[in-house]
Amino acid sequence: MTAPKIASVTADGGLRLEASGAWIADNADALQVLLDAAGGAPPAALDVAGVERLDTFGAWALARVQGRPRAALTGVRATQAGLFEAIERLPVVLAPPPARSARFTDALAALGRALVEAGADGIDFAAMLGRLTLTFARAVRHPQAFRLRSIVHHLDRVGVQAVPIMAMMTFLVGAIIAQQGFFHFRRFGAQDYVVDLVAVLILREIGVLLVTIMAAGRSGSAYTAELGSMKVREEIDALSTMGFDAAEFLILPRVLALVIALPALTFIGSISALAGGGVVAWVYAGMSPAIYVARLSEAVSLAHFEIGMIKAPFMALVVGIVAACEGLRVEGSTDSLGARTTSSVVKSIFLAIVLDGLFAIFFAAIGM
Amino acid sequence: MTESAIHIDDLTVGFGAKTVIDKLSLEVRRHEILGLIGASGGGKTVLLRAVLGLIPKRGGRIEILGLARETDSAQERREIGRRCGAMFQQGALFSSLTVLENLEFPMREYLGGSDRLRREVAIAKLEMVGLSADDAAKFPAELSGGMVKRVALARALALDPDVLLLDEPTSGLDPIAAGDFDQLIRTLRQTLGLSVFLVTHDLDTLNSVCDRVAALFDGKILAVGPLAQVRDVDHPWIKAYFRGARGRAAKL
Repeated sequence: MTAPKIASVTADGGLRLEASGAWIADNADALQVLLDAAGGAPPAALDVAGVERLDTFGAWALARVQGRPRAALTGVRATQAGLFEAIERLPVVLAPPPARSARFTDALAALGRALVEAGADGIDFAAMLGRLTLTFARAVRHPQAFRLRSIVHHLDRVGVQAVPIMAMMTFLVGAIIAQQGFFHFRRFGAQDYVVDLVAVLILREIGVLLVTIMAAGRSGSAYTAELGSMKVREEIDALSTMGFDAAEFLILPRVLALVIALPALTFIGSISALAGGGVVAWVYAGMSPAIYVARLSEAVSLAHFEIGMIKAPFMALVVGIVAACEGLRVEGSTDSLGARTTSSVVKSIFLAIVLDGLFAIFFAAIGM
Repeated sequence: MTESAIHIDDLTVGFGAKTVIDKLSLEVRRHEILGLIGASGGGKTVLLRAVLGLIPKRGGRIEILGLARETDSAQERREIGRRCGAMFQQGALFSSLTVLENLEFPMREYLGGSDRLRREVAIAKLEMVGLSADDAAKFPAELSGGMVKRVALARALALDPDVLLLDEPTSGLDPIAAGDFDQLIRTLRQTLGLSVFLVTHDLDTLNSVCDRVAALFDGKILAVGPLAQVRDVDHPWIKAYFRGARGRAAKL
């Protein structure tokens, strides 16, 4: 492959350039050198008889050498004429795309947008809650609108299939809390109260929070991604043109499945965490299982258990609604799908913790 | 330099118990435009994807520009990627990049030159496929279906490849745009010595652009040759394909 070259000949009509060699994309670096060198006065004519190979890259480079207005082209080979014509038809100055500049005001604008979006989030959440409530009310009157098959399918995915990982995670956390309790309480002889610590903490707070966080990461993200890709592929539009409501067919079954599954998972998780604490008590602190269970029944009142369980369906509602809202906000690109899935998980975990705080205040106020 | 751009020998491709491509042999010669026709769901896209190396084959051999498709050499694989441009049915544009970045991306990876030169060539290619520089900053999600096709073609041409594989390039384009597209393919073939393997249902494209036509039926090539020759093959499917109302309307 011969390198591209330009020779200048000063003829009577002015400067004449003669291009030769292979003007192709593979020689882009060599072409660049020639272009940089040829930056001077535009030639009166450009002879391309010596150009052995040519592609669009080279043809464009030659057009640059021609300068503006374009110098006359001579010696065009018949096979290359089409490409030169195609390039000739292009505007002399190709408008650069509008630059995307980064300025200080952009950061302010982004902050403003984030605030507006936070407000829109609240409205979206309320709208989705209302939409689901209406759909639910309709379904109560016409039970076939419950889409039982879909609910069972999702119940299997977010409930049954989640049991092993939930049980394992809460078992470990229960064990860790118990170990830390024994380690620190032992110094002032209070190891008898470790069981109280484990039981109250797990049943009231940790059990339901851990399960919610896991559900947000495991099921909320899946909901957002599913609904988002359905929206991008116009499946949701197809559904509504058939006269069906996406809330009834897609969203309510998913949210209901989560609302049913989360209390069950919270129960399983809490028991599993207590078992984890018991194993540590036995192995690490030498407290026999019989004593552990006896102390548990002293330490735990039904109220602790109830508080944890009451919170679970509300947590499920938060995760489900946030996931649905974010899913329906997905647009066009793969970036958007990723961003929405991330914000679904982040927002639902954040909201779940805020809700947990509100519940704590509420239960304290009513003396539970 | 070998005579054939793409050489397929005894290729077998299947999924599970189903054999989609059955001991198929086909050659795309240098500088020719070969059109592949076949029934919907008859394995055209599967064949194209096998040639692109996206589907594992059960047997046979695929060579592109004399290089084995399943080569172990990373350098040869890069060479095939450099010499071979593909356009997918749905465009397959990178949705997180702008139109211009979609074109610049392969150029930046494979070619030298300055950013400015590459950018200008990229815009020139957009203009060649009938888009304007104003579209360059758009994201694929903001484009219409026809524009996606054009950008996809521009990207397939970004590296000035020797072999171009097109999956239904004119479907979804209006007749004027489809005609421009055919003209563009002819021009590029004439100037760049392009070899084109295209899957199409567009009878006008078959008629005006393709040097030869291959008919795929039931996993095998039924006939290969100039359109006039393939059209007259005595086979029920080919008869139905060309003698149907649309075939007659295209005045073949």
